[in-house]
Amino acid sequence: MTKPFWVRFVGNPRVAFGLIWLALVVISALAAPLIAPPDPFAIIGRPFAQPFGAFSLGTDSLGRSVWSGLVHGARTTLLIAVVATLGAVVFGGLVGAISGFYGGRTDDILMRVTEFFQTIPSFIFAILLVAILSPSATSVVVAIATVSWPPIARIVRGEVMGLRSREFVQAAITLGESDPAILFRQILPNALSPLIVTGSLLVATAILTETALSFLGLGAPNLMSWGFMVGAGRSFLRDAWWLVAIPGIAILLTVLSINLVGEGLNDALNPRLRTP
Amino acid sequence: MTGSSRVADDRSTHDDLVLQIRSLSVALPAWADRSLAVKEVSLTIGKGETLCVVGESGSGKSVMARAILRLLPGPHVRIVGGQVLLEGEDVAQADARRMRQIRSGRIAMVFQEPMVALNPLMTVGRQIEEILEVHTDLSRAARRRRVVATFEDVRLPDPERIFGAYPHELSGGQRQRVMIAMSLVLEPKLIIADEPTTALDVTTEAQILTLLKELQQRHGTALLFITHNFGVVAEIADRVAVMRHGEVVEYGDADEVLIRPKHPYTRSLIDAVPSLVPRKRVSEPEKAPAEPILTVRGLEKTYGGRTTSLQWLARLVPRLSRGSRGAVHAINHIDLDIIRGSAVALVGESGSGKSTLARCLIGLERADAGSVTVAGTEIVGLNRRAWRPLRSRIQMVFQDPFASLNPRTKVGDIIARGAILQGEGASAAMAQAHKLLELVGLEARAAERYPNEFSGGQRQRIGIARALAVKPDILIADEPVSALDVSVQKQVLDLLDDLRRRFGLTMLFITHDLRVAAHVCEEIVVLKNGRIVERGATADIFADPQHDYTRTLLASVPGRDWQIQLGGKTPIVAK
Repeated sequence: MTKPFWVRFVGNPRVAFGLIWLALVVISALAAPLIAPPDPFAIIGRPFAQPFGAFSLGTDSLGRSVWSGLVHGARTTLLIAVVATLGAVVFGGLVGAISGFYGGRTDDILMRVTEFFQTIPSFIFAILLVAILSPSATSVVVAIATVSWPPIARIVRGEVMGLRSREFVQAAITLGESDPAILFRQILPNALSPLIVTGSLLVATAILTETALSFLGLGAPNLMSWGFMVGAGRSFLRDAWWLVAIPGIAILLTVLSINLVGEGLNDALNPRLRTP
Repeated sequence: MTGSSRVADDRSTHDDLVLQIRSLSVALPAWADRSLAVKEVSLTIGKGETLCVVGESGSGKSVMARAILRLLPGPHVRIVGGQVLLEGEDVAQADARRMRQIRSGRIAMVFQEPMVALNPLMTVGRQIEEILEVHTDLSRAARRRRVVATFEDVRLPDPERIFGAYPHELSGGQRQRVMIAMSLVLEPKLIIADEPTTALDVTTEAQILTLLKELQQRHGTALLFITHNFGVVAEIADRVAVMRHGEVVEYGDADEVLIRPKHPYTRSLIDAVPSLVPRKRVSEPEKAPAEPILTVRGLEKTYGGRTTSLQWLARLVPRLSRGSRGAVHAINHIDLDIIRGSAVALVGESGSGKSTLARCLIGLERADAGSVTVAGTEIVGLNRRAWRPLRSRIQMVFQDPFASLNPRTKVGDIIARGAILQGEGASAAMAQAHKLLELVGLEARAAERYPNEFSGGQRQRIGIARALAVKPDILIADEPVSALDVSVQKQVLDLLDDLRRRFGLTMLFITHDLRVAAHVCEEIVVLKNGRIVERGATADIFADPQHDYTRTLLASVPGRDWQIQLGGKTPIVAK
């Protein structure tokens, strides 16, 4: 027999690296008030303190702790990215499932709408949405979800179309199962693997979008985030490199880890790539 | 009848031996259920001889054939011992370059599914011409002549036209002829055919088998023919090797093995072939007058031919509509009455409309016109909600047991679901599911497991239990055994027959195999191109077929003469 899913998944060294880094980020985000000064906007000492000196990772132009900003920023960034992705997966999944299941005119209409969203450059669209909705955590979530659901819809539609003609779905129809029950009990459980993979990779994109929005000052006000830190530090790049480098490296490693884990999930879930 | 009666092992000269396999072993990967796919197999094939290797799925017959051509999915599946001598040269030791020469010129292979084996983006003529281009120094015109001549050789109609055709433009039989032409074009010493007729209709199968025999006689090619079908063996084999779990359990002349099998496994396989002896009408005293439970009147179903939004474009650019077909009349004015408690077989080849008819009867497909009444209720034109109460009257067993069970649902839930939808309580439905599992010959414990833990035959039993869970009056079985091994086929057929009697079910049995029809049904309806061409009692149809097409179908059943010869020895199925 082939090895069980978990062994194949975690046994992959790249996945293991990604999982360890993500676990560190999640734990420090959860424990932020305990392991760092509880208010990231509080001034704790002199400005521009070097990292690895008096204040673990140094201070910024106003004397705020970079370490505190980093762990509190992880909270904001992760929360917004995950919630936005969940929204995109649920909405996109629903659109794709209905489109693929009913086909015909329903499919035509829903897919044209999806394409309409796909043709707008996503980041500019996100900026526009945040500007219209006024910057807040909610509007950032809405903006990211709005620009990232179309690929999910397309993937789910394809899976559902393939599964709809399978005999076990026909058997469910002949037993008199209702449409929603067929969709949720028979079809979607079998379409989960690609959805999980795409969803996990989407979190990485969402983090990048969120940091980019914050960098431009369109992020949630009064919430520390990595993008905001990079944005605020960029004017002092030559004098205080760590203000940009530290959150920048955090973003890089987190996005990389999510991609590694996502790829690993794909390898482990995709039976055609399954090497025993 | 079988051809010559060469004796297997007393040939003194080795000159006419084309292939000699000496204790060949092929290893399986460490995680497989056995260590060797092929275990110390020794076989020989002489010039102009046909060796049939028979076995069920998993017997190692295909791996053995691929090992000869060294087409094994390495590195885990590999030859670990023995020799494969092709005219004295050990193929098992040859390097990659030598192997290429051998594969092209001296051994050729014909695969099961010609649609998959042919490149869909190249014309078939070009695909064969390419072989000549690589392996001969003929000019372009000479190559083309040679290909066309080979097409003529395999009796393809209009070879010049076929040369420029794409695979999808040919019928299944024509594609398989192209594959055979492809294997013949370099005049190999040995052709390996891996289930070449399994994907074909029975009449086409008969033609291909005749063609292979004829070509072999003309060219003196040796033929290694892999099959699971004993009927085919009887048609074509000079000698037979029966494989089981990677070992050859019986090996000898076809006449000997087919008529007087020595090994119990061979005997059980031969017994499992459904007999051609038709079953007689059940002569039970009929209590109720023969009222039809299912009435079909003037049923019509047409596919395609709808105006699509792109048709205006096709009118402007005629090339676009090339290859698009007009409307297909899948069901053409069918009238049918099914008497309560009877078992009726719908027999026909692919495209005859038998599956479409079944799908219209069960509501998976909407008929265009006509009427179908199930116990007095009209079903044509009903919507899904109105169908629901009828679900407990008419149910279906599907063809492919590997596709018809949801892999993510436990067996118990799969079976209980129908009863729950009919308003049964969850625990009562589950208790009934347990009983049904025992009824179809599985353990009640199976309810807790997932479908992938069961074999094909067991899965089909689960499918039957699911259909029975709503206590239907009518059971439609759509080719329920065509995806199963021969020995399992018979068990499933007997189970269906037994259940039908026990519950007084009316059964509509869809099949392409007249033998299967004869085994379980008292009545046969023959369909062709969406029309009923003949209908009658099984015994009458077998004894005296009225329609030409029925006669062709009957004559095409592989191994017919052999079975008639065997007839005295096999128990007659009919009561």
